[in-house]
Amino acid sequence: MAKRSAPEVNAGSMADIAFLLLIFFLVTTDIATDSGLSRKLPPWEPPTDVPVIIKEKNIFALTLNSKNEILLTSGGDSELVPLNELRGQAVKFLDNGGGEGKDVCRRCKGEGDKASSDNFIKAVISLANDRLTDYKTYIAVQNEILAAYNDIRNREFKKDYPSLEMDFVQATEMYQDPSTEPKVKENLKEKLEAIKAIVPQKFSEAEAKRD
Amino acid sequence: MSKFKKKKDGGLPPISTASLPDIVFMLLFFFMVATVIKEDNLIIQNSLPKANQIEKLDKKKPISYIYIGKPSPNYIDTYGTEDRIQLNDKLQSVEQVQAFIAAERAALAEELVPTLTVSLKVDRDAKMGVLTDVKQELRKTNALKINYTTKKGDALDN
Repeated sequence: MAKRSAPEVNAGSMADIAFLLLIFFLVTTDIATDSGLSRKLPPWEPPTDVPVIIKEKNIFALTLNSKNEILLTSGGDSELVPLNELRGQAVKFLDNGGGEGKDVCRRCKGEGDKASSDNFIKAVISLANDRLTDYKTYIAVQNEILAAYNDIRNREFKKDYPSLEMDFVQATEMYQDPSTEPKVKENLKEKLEAIKAIVPQKFSEAEAKRD
Repeated sequence: MSKFKKKKDGGLPPISTASLPDIVFMLLFFFMVATVIKEDNLIIQNSLPKANQIEKLDKKKPISYIYIGKPSPNYIDTYGTEDRIQLNDKLQSVEQVQAFIAAERAALAEELVPTLTVSLKVDRDAKMGVLTDVKQELRKTNALKINYTTKKGDALDN
């Protein structure tokens, strides 16, 4: 009997099959990771009868109406502010440093206006919106307020830890990156917490108005 | 007369494509591994607004998605044109948000329950009313970590 060698399998179409699969996965892929503005809601508590008293000059009150206009009430004045000026106004308010005595703010670089906020810890930003406000306006306002806090935190972080050669936002990113070593993370966490304690986000949201 | 045979003349040798399948397979495996097949079939319009002060959501921690927006054009006849809430594959009312969160929590290991983040994917043209109601429900059920999921971009162009 003649010795037959096994015929070679034709692998020419393998590439075609692989291409087909490749194109399928290319089309269905969605690599984008989710990102957005992280916030924490206040816990649900029955309303208390004791109102919290905050000096009017320490409140930066924003109200969004159904026409997406922004009304800013601060230091006794009310005015409509355009969105692109909001961040500057918020930084000016937070950084004002008009406190005296035990409320004095050594880190503030602002004008020290007596009619505006005392210090970082006393300053409160409040946001109220109408039920008919557009979501995109609301997000833009949230974004600008966060940006104002981040601006000041970046400055303080750089001032306190110049050796790290990064700002608060970059340090937060590094802290959240899973590939950062635990030792570095521990170190960063401490510094981030310190800055958060110096410039706390005192940001309150009132319930939307019923109409 | 030469002892050595002259090499074949003329014509380039054909390029070997034998390694092509290997290359394609490599790409294929990359995409297979990197792929996340869309989880939810959206009934509503959902184009997210832009923001730039954003943080990445950690995929290792549990995330629940709540979608809010107007029904897509195909579904207007069935569901109308008001903003609606979508949980999983269905449109639901505000009251069902609490049950949804409870179900999401029940599916988690106990130690992960406090780390549950709710990603709010709200259409940029939606009104705040429904979102406000959803936030109240989330507060009642003590799901306080939220994330307004957005695209990266300048918020001033929204």
